[in-house]
Amino acid sequence: MMIIASDPLLSSEIGLSVVAVMLLKVVLAFALLMVSVMLVIWFERKVVADMHNRVGPSLAGPWGILQTLADGIKLFFKEDLLPARADRVVFRLAPYLSLVPAFLSFAIVPIGGDFTNGGDGTVSIFGHRTLLQVADPPVGVLLFLALSSIAVYGVMLAGWSSGSKYPLLGSVRASAQMISYEAALGLAMATVFLSSGTLSTSGIVAGQATWNWNLVATGVIPFVIFVIAGTAELNRPPFDLVEAEQELVGGFHTEYSSIRFALFFLAEFMNMITMSAIAVTLFLGGPNGPILIKQISWVWPILWFFLKVLAFLFTFVWLRATLPRLRYDQLMDLGWKLLIPASLGWFLLIAALNIGEDRGWSTFLVVPIGLLVLSLAALLLNGAIKKARDSNINAADLSEISEGTE
Amino acid sequence: MSYLKGFLVTFRQIFQTRVTTPYPSKKREKPERLHGRHVLGRYEDGMEKCIGCELCSGVCPANCIYVRGADNPRDNPVSPGERYGFVYEINYLRCIHCDLCVEACPTGAITESKMFEFSFTNRNDAIYTKDELLVDSESGKPKQLPWEDWREGEDLLTSGWLRATSPNGDASYEGQIAWSGDLGYGIRKAEIGQSDSEPQEEGM
Repeated sequence: MMIIASDPLLSSEIGLSVVAVMLLKVVLAFALLMVSVMLVIWFERKVVADMHNRVGPSLAGPWGILQTLADGIKLFFKEDLLPARADRVVFRLAPYLSLVPAFLSFAIVPIGGDFTNGGDGTVSIFGHRTLLQVADPPVGVLLFLALSSIAVYGVMLAGWSSGSKYPLLGSVRASAQMISYEAALGLAMATVFLSSGTLSTSGIVAGQATWNWNLVATGVIPFVIFVIAGTAELNRPPFDLVEAEQELVGGFHTEYSSIRFALFFLAEFMNMITMSAIAVTLFLGGPNGPILIKQISWVWPILWFFLKVLAFLFTFVWLRATLPRLRYDQLMDLGWKLLIPASLGWFLLIAALNIGEDRGWSTFLVVPIGLLVLSLAALLLNGAIKKARDSNINAADLSEISEGTE
Repeated sequence: MSYLKGFLVTFRQIFQTRVTTPYPSKKREKPERLHGRHVLGRYEDGMEKCIGCELCSGVCPANCIYVRGADNPRDNPVSPGERYGFVYEINYLRCIHCDLCVEACPTGAITESKMFEFSFTNRNDAIYTKDELLVDSESGKPKQLPWEDWREGEDLLTSGWLRATSPNGDASYEGQIAWSGDLGYGIRKAEIGQSDSEPQEEGM
């Protein structure tokens, strides 16, 4: 303790209590995420079983709640296989490249704190005022985008280093899919930054503490695009082409076994939780919600946050139970020809409105002109797509004919 | 909006009742004439019904029954006849539970119980000996061996069986008692033949 106290870094501005609170938050976030992954896997299996009219895990613990723990222990004691043609270093590294970003991106999510009535969302821990999130960097949500890009490397390198064709195909699909949907994801998020005027997550949540939650600007089109693109980004059904069992055995993790496979599994579900938490933070006002009993006012924001996240998790499971997998060209069509233009158009419209407000233009003029320009652009895009498709069909016909005559 | 109908379909399933039976902890009721593990019966006085004729062995399509008959000892007969089953073995790795042995048996000695849940860890254990197949000499019920999963009611009336045509194999004997007495159960009522007007229960 004396050594820490005499540290020149800590002596001036950063006190011991700051470090202690920071450490506490890190440990808490880590434990919270691990436990919730365990529960979410159980939750998904149970809900999807309900939707299939099955029973689901029911033997390990009450209602099978310890099933994930049992699976984890089993995987831990399985033989750890290393394929003969694998690139050993990269093969070992890849699971961590998936897992670590999944952990880190949760750090920027505020899970509690009162933002209403001009509150700044801080809570008091041991007389020290702090936000209920591990870190609140000024770049905020950009960190999430950066980390989710790193997660692509985990999937890509896992497939490439396995030295086997199915993982390779799976990882090629994965990187193409994740990169193309990241564009729509980023554009949907950009609209949020535009209307809240900040990148910091706590700032965005505070901006949504008013009665309208930015419902018109971000609550409809960017929200829907974000949820669809987020599902694709997570490689969850109906966008689970990455690990399409019927085509690719298991996708990028076909050659993985034992605890390394468990790490991928962990990362996948952790990403699911993080994506839900980010969606709640950006679009649904994070921990904001009515405080019903004043005596335990600190409980309500946390409760609201978890309820909102739970609603998202349920939706992801619901999507999985309902929708069949997309074909790969349909996936690309949806991403490039619909989601990216739509999110870009909406982003431009909101930007025009913001500039119009600054310059004192009339809103009644900006909206129709903006919509007109956007529909013109949509028409142009549609025409281009149609033209490209026609020429593709013609080319296919021609090649068929030439093959026939030969 | 019909696109969203699918979501309703899956959502509605949550509130529907489950049809799953948690199998090892709870078994569904078995059909009345299910073919399970064989038993060798005894008469009411404790005598074995098997007379060692080897008809079951001869008819067996899977060649899984091995029988050797021997002359009954005069002072202490095993069966009420000239000969008795000296060796009686069934290999359950071969048996297909077709029940042809049951139909072939002239004394109704071999029948099948409704219990099929048993397993072995080596090939020799799959061969049931006469000791294991014979019903208990006190109660007349099948022996419940440690590796078998007997449940309530599965050991009752295991000697019940029905020929393809009628209780006696002959339509003119329909409705007449065809059972010899069973240890523990006595002489039972005649079973209903297939030509009987009474409808069979559905949903077996």
